[in-house]
Amino acid sequence: MMGAFLRLAGVSVRYGPVRALREVDLEVGPDELLVVLGPTGAGKTTLLRAIAGLEAPATGRIEMGGEEITHWSPAKRDVALVFQNFSLYPDWSARRNLEFPLKALGRQLSPAQIAERVAWAAELLHIGGLLDRPAARLSGGEMQRVAIGRCLVRRPRLFLFDEPLTNLDAKLRETLRVELALLRRRLGIPMILVTHDQAEALSMGDRLVVLDQGRVLQRGTPEEVYRRPLSPLVARQLGQPRINLIEVRAEAGYWVAGKGVRVLEAGGGEERMLLGVRPEDLLPSGGPDPARVRVVEDTGPVQILLADWGGCPVHLLVGHERRYAPGDQLFPKARPGGVLLWPSSAAS
Amino acid sequence: MSFLCLRGLEKTYPDGTRAVGGIDLECGEGEFVVLLGPSGCGKTTTLRMVAGLETPTAGCIEVGGGEITSLPPGARDVGFVFQFYALYPHLRVRENVEFPLACMGVKKADRRQRASEVLQRLGLNSLAELLPEQLSGGDQQRVALARAMVRRPRLYLMDEPLGTLDVELRLELRELIRAQQLETGVTTLYVTHDQEEAMSLADRVVVMEGGLIRQQGPPDQVYDRPADLFVAHFIGSPGMNFIAGQVRAGRFAGEGWSLPLAQVFPDGPATLGVRPEYLRLDPEGPLRGRVAMDEYLGACRYLYLDTPAGRLAVRVEGEGGRAVGEEVGLSAEMGRVRLFDPATGRGR
Repeated sequence: MMGAFLRLAGVSVRYGPVRALREVDLEVGPDELLVVLGPTGAGKTTLLRAIAGLEAPATGRIEMGGEEITHWSPAKRDVALVFQNFSLYPDWSARRNLEFPLKALGRQLSPAQIAERVAWAAELLHIGGLLDRPAARLSGGEMQRVAIGRCLVRRPRLFLFDEPLTNLDAKLRETLRVELALLRRRLGIPMILVTHDQAEALSMGDRLVVLDQGRVLQRGTPEEVYRRPLSPLVARQLGQPRINLIEVRAEAGYWVAGKGVRVLEAGGGEERMLLGVRPEDLLPSGGPDPARVRVVEDTGPVQILLADWGGCPVHLLVGHERRYAPGDQLFPKARPGGVLLWPSSAAS
Repeated sequence: MSFLCLRGLEKTYPDGTRAVGGIDLECGEGEFVVLLGPSGCGKTTTLRMVAGLETPTAGCIEVGGGEITSLPPGARDVGFVFQFYALYPHLRVRENVEFPLACMGVKKADRRQRASEVLQRLGLNSLAELLPEQLSGGDQQRVALARAMVRRPRLYLMDEPLGTLDVELRLELRELIRAQQLETGVTTLYVTHDQEEAMSLADRVVVMEGGLIRQQGPPDQVYDRPADLFVAHFIGSPGMNFIAGQVRAGRFAGEGWSLPLAQVFPDGPATLGVRPEYLRLDPEGPLRGRVAMDEYLGACRYLYLDTPAGRLAVRVEGEGGRAVGEEVGLSAEMGRVRLFDPATGRGR
């Protein structure tokens, strides 16, 4: 990337014999939100800690704003780290919590400047009405907003978010997800957000990095990674319900699965493959071989069907043109262009 | 014919906090009922009173026609699954699952047999001889489910059993719980804050807020015909859009826009509720808006539009992302909207 604000090149972090990060390359643009997705233990938090200067890399180099900062102290880097646990001072008012980082030693701000910064952050985060309330009397969502505000007032050069929404109720998570994405357009401060939540990963970032066991598996826009995952491992991490992965074999011009159901016309190639098709790309009718609906989940705008297709369990995501019930017969058809194929050895 | 019956059930703590404000609830035999609401709505307290872990301040609880309000937990014949696994750390997986049977005095050979069946069904066979600490969080929760399911109690009580798990596991165990419950036909009371989980599991959803029941009914009914603004917003992800305006001569109108109503409502101020999937991008539509945010979710996306009627979320299937700032037209499926009384928040 031209003009990257933050650049990691070959960064590795070891905890004793454990390699928490393995030669990670990563770039964040000056106005960009980068989301890092990975399961527990993928190295997401270690990555943020290395960028914040809380872990020393064993190898590699970190640059920010054109300078190498690999060995800078955390304070000199001027980055803000927001954790999933809010860690506010419970007896202090929201206002005092927000003022605190501005009154820290070494900052030469006048009371008027401090008040102006607090008002600015409060307006951005919609917490103007809460400033005089003790932190302990705020709701979870309000606390997390104040916690973000406490980093915001410093106007750091870079924001690092460590699963900031994980401890919140589903409804609040959804609201704050949208707010945070809107907020950062107004801020113009680069951000990295790490999460294990696929909806956050798809919806919040300009670009997405998928991390697993300390290694970058794929990077790209959320749409690229969703539509064209490089491996089944990546494909499974995005999408809800998750992608259907079906072992297929070439038989008489078709990719055939389970007890002989024809999934797709085969274009030749290997004898055995792993076929991936997302639930929204598996249509309920139009295919040559039947499947039987086992479970129907109505989630509101769509129905999720779990069907048995020649011994293979498959998920379909369908609208409400028709109501389905267990026992219904389908003739699944993979949407052309919605199918991914990998060598069967890629399954593991 | 109701099997579990709560009458005027109330819980007020000594400090005066009223967690549950006198609720009435009837569950049919074999019914899967989900208590849904934000933190602090009283759902968990209600469940704990049914389990016998909290003593009600007023009201009574009946199961199968007999009152159990003051029975100790052990005498209620319920299977309880908590959010945190609560396995016996010194017992192997198999022993954990056999434990409830041993307490009932089931003979050793029978215990073995029944535990093996359940372990097999939950895919835990290969882990039977391990200790809980050797298992992942998902597997520990699976064992907790197995332990509840090895008996056929009169009631299953589940308190956010999937709350701490990764998305993928949550979906898998959700289907497992539903399939198992359908098979055994044991009446189940299930608590969650996740509306999608509630919608997909429940025969009946009970939406709670502030210690009271706001609405109860089958998922599609609660989704399509929410009783008030709270339910309309809470159910659905994102929730229903609200537009303030006036009903006048068969149209719903505001500053510079108006929509034709499909049903007859009395003239006057009203709040119109419309789900994101019943709004459509339509160059000829009666509302104009600008894209504030494009929230990509893989199978679909939500566009957040700033319009003269406020900020509205629109569900768009498949491709079709829009640039922030782009101007679009918008229309609504007027047969699917709800009108609410702006003063009371109740549906009309």
